[in-house]
Amino acid sequence: MSARTADVVVIGGGIVGAACAEAFSAEGSSVELIEERGIGGGASGAGMGHVTVMDDSEAQFALTRLSVALWEELAASLPAEVEYSRCGALWVAADDEEMAEVARKQRFYLSRGVRAEALDARQVAEAEPNLRPGLAGGLLVPGDRVLYAPCAAAWLVNRAMGRGARVHLGVRATANDAGVVTLSDGGRIEARHVVDATGAASGGLVRPRKGYLAITDRYPGFVRHQLIELGYSKSAHGHDDESVAFNVQPRVTGQVLIGSSRQYGVDDSLVGAHLLSRMLRRARLYMPRIATLHVLRAWTGFRAATPDGLPLIGPSPRNAQVLLATGHEGLGITASLGTARLLADWVAGRTPPIPMEPYLPNRFPAEVPS
Amino acid sequence: MKDSLACEIVVVGAGPAGLAAACTAAGRTRSVAIVDGNTAPGGQIWRGEVRMPGIDRARISQVRLLSDTLVVDCPGDHSLLAVQGDRAVEIRYEKLILATGARERFLPFPGWTLPTVVGTGGLQAIVKGGMRIAGKRVVIAGSGPLLLAVAAYLCRQGARIAMIAEQAPRSAVFRFARTVARSPRKLLQSISLMQSLTGTPYRTGCWPIEAVEGAVTLSRGGKTWSEPCDYLACGFGLVPNTELAALLGCVLQDGFVAVDTCQQTTQPGVFCAGEPTGIGGVEPAIVEGRIAGYCATGRMDEAARLFPERDRGNRFRRALEEAFRLRPELAGLTGPDTIVCRCEDVTFARIAKHGNWRAIKLQTRCGMGPCQGRVCGPAVEFLLGIPPDSVRPPIFPVPVGLLSEDL
Ligand SMILES: Cc1cc2nc3c(=O)[nH]c(=O)nc-3n(C[C@H](O)[C@H](O)[C@H](O)COP(=O)(O)OP(=O)(O)OC[C@H]3O[C@@H](n4cnc5c(N)ncnc54)[C@H](O)[C@@H]3O)c2cc1C
Ligand SMILES: Cc1cc2nc3c(=O)[nH]c(=O)nc-3n(C[C@H](O)[C@H](O)[C@H](O)COP(=O)(O)OP(=O)(O)OC[C@H]3O[C@@H](n4cnc5c(N)ncnc54)[C@H](O)[C@@H]3O)c2cc1C
Repeated sequence: MSARTADVVVIGGGIVGAACAEAFSAEGSSVELIEERGIGGGASGAGMGHVTVMDDSEAQFALTRLSVALWEELAASLPAEVEYSRCGALWVAADDEEMAEVARKQRFYLSRGVRAEALDARQVAEAEPNLRPGLAGGLLVPGDRVLYAPCAAAWLVNRAMGRGARVHLGVRATANDAGVVTLSDGGRIEARHVVDATGAASGGLVRPRKGYLAITDRYPGFVRHQLIELGYSKSAHGHDDESVAFNVQPRVTGQVLIGSSRQYGVDDSLVGAHLLSRMLRRARLYMPRIATLHVLRAWTGFRAATPDGLPLIGPSPRNAQVLLATGHEGLGITASLGTARLLADWVAGRTPPIPMEPYLPNRFPAEVPS
Repeated sequence: MKDSLACEIVVVGAGPAGLAAACTAAGRTRSVAIVDGNTAPGGQIWRGEVRMPGIDRARISQVRLLSDTLVVDCPGDHSLLAVQGDRAVEIRYEKLILATGARERFLPFPGWTLPTVVGTGGLQAIVKGGMRIAGKRVVIAGSGPLLLAVAAYLCRQGARIAMIAEQAPRSAVFRFARTVARSPRKLLQSISLMQSLTGTPYRTGCWPIEAVEGAVTLSRGGKTWSEPCDYLACGFGLVPNTELAALLGCVLQDGFVAVDTCQQTTQPGVFCAGEPTGIGGVEPAIVEGRIAGYCATGRMDEAARLFPERDRGNRFRRALEEAFRLRPELAGLTGPDTIVCRCEDVTFARIAKHGNWRAIKLQTRCGMGPCQGRVCGPAVEFLLGIPPDSVRPPIFPVPVGLLSEDL
């Protein structure tokens, strides 16, 4: 079969691939998106959808802040099913040591122009009456958002299709050497650029990191903000084989999403009772009354983890025609828009809004995905 | 802390199949337990009645019965997690017999979500639970012998059955009736059913196309008319409860749990009996339950004596399936605005845009509500030919507190 041509072929229809397809189609490029399962059916369908400015490193901060701003630009156009909600996030401090972290975090945000309010014990109790009494305080980040990623991804893909992008569902892209993408349905596409947005399936340095979530029936008002314990970063960046952290989210439906866990070295998607109960116990520790809420379902997903906790965005050192857009660990829903913007600017030769160096795959000399 | 219980043989479901299995196994092993979600044993058909023909009642006393106890997960090897009121119970077993029965199939059509439109079994259950039906006008619509059983019951409770609308064509129902007539017990049953229904119009090739407050529009032979009623009770056959089997990793075939001649599933030591292996009513359920009970206690010879009876049961199941196959016209009743998923208020138009169950779920939330797809899953499968995807724990909603106890 003779190969078709396209300016950009995006492999992977998660939120990152969807954002890339949208951004390149906006450039006027001809785009083809290949998704093996369904749009948003990978990590994007399993994640929490907290759209957040994070402060673990300057680079992480820059990318997430850019991304939150880009989501905010889209906000008015997002349809209701994306469930975009400006609920804000509340980082919960259990003790004085964590209150010191509240102060540090607040300084970090404020000095970079991000709103953040330190709350004392009483204010935290007022903000979230179902948290247990006796917490030390917290940090409210009003600019954080929540959205429902599968519908956001579908919306981005539809937008790209409106500009002529073609989407192949149920098709696996098996090879992408020298810009030729071979499809499992026998098709071949010759592309000027191939975007690898395959998430945890990227291989190479990217390791899958399993996470659990549970969702409850509808209890409107039970939780008002995205709540995260301040110890979360320890869990997110530790290298323990298994960790849990208190992390709950109000859905616009009134449902409560309960997370979170991180686990290396497990590649089956089974919902193990042991880790599920450990994660739920953590939630009860912070919100005792959550014990009475009914869980409808629990599931797992895989984050794409890199050795330094930052994504891989830019040309693959092994094949410059392949642009990597992967390795977003627990922040890909947030960072999808920023990632797409950086790649589109790079291809167009424009100066990106933030320096791209920290995310360039060539920071790792070898073993990045091709 | 969670309660725990360990038994050599654990049966899930105290319907005819589960009771038969447990009573057969009892006495031969150190311990047999039945775990059942209802308040009293008997399953869908007997619902706590004292008369349970075909069950060796003398043995029930040797079986430990946990009523009001729902199995929600299988947290590890040879262990189940169940919920009993506000307690979690860990149940350990050496052999497991699944006898989880079936539920009714609902099909969406305009008006099916009105409060006066109920399931046939659901209406029967609330009347058994004390609701007065005397003097009320009821139309019963759908498919299968259950329509007659429910109509007869409601008649005895004083309801006025305006009509029984059976979607299957007359020829198919007659052929089925002749099959049934070959079994004297079944013949007697149907005669007594028919006697209590004398004078009730039974229309074949007839189905509901729309319900409104106080009436239903029925269609038959190209004609439609409005039939006044206080209640429209619908049931389009039964759907096997296979969620627990699927969670345990048992292979399903065409929607039913696959079993070998010993009623053993593809998971060693896990047996299955009754409706989850094929829809066919009480008799096949009891035979399969007994075979499972014998095989789980190593008495293959005794089990083998029941094989011919099981073969007859399987022939009956096939005849039933053949006769009451749902006609394709029923898939055309749903309008674009008809709700398919009641939990999440998802319309047919939104669902029909997607090609697989995962996309339907993710993009529309169909099947993500408290019923966990038990109602809309089979409906979507019939309407679009898309079978539901994998099962996720817990298989019934459970309080966070009970899922988070130490294991
Ligand atoms: C439990 C959990 C909670 C999370 N919470 C948050 C949160 O609150 N906020 C946040 O920002 N992020 C969160 N994340 C992270 C976020 O979900 C991911 O970073 C993000 O979804 C990654 O998107 P993606 O498009 O890169 O990957 P995916 O969504 O996994 O998409 C990759 C797609 O590529 C397809 N694919 C793979 N290989 C091929 C191939 N060869 N051919 C064709 N298609 C292919 C796959 O089918 C898949 O659909 C969470 C993740 C988890 C697991
Ligand atoms: C709504 C309805 C009404 C019916 N009415 C009649 C009738 O009037 N006359 C007639 O002849 N036939 C009737 N039938 C058919 C009849 O129930 C079956 O033919 C027969 O009872 C099948 O027996 P069984 O043991 O396979 O299943 P069932 O009788 O359905 O028993 C299954 C049992 O398993 C329990 N169970 C299921 N899952 C779990 C779990 N996870 N944890 C704990 N317990 C669980 C259920 O609560 C139930 O008690 C009805 C069926 C249904 C669905």
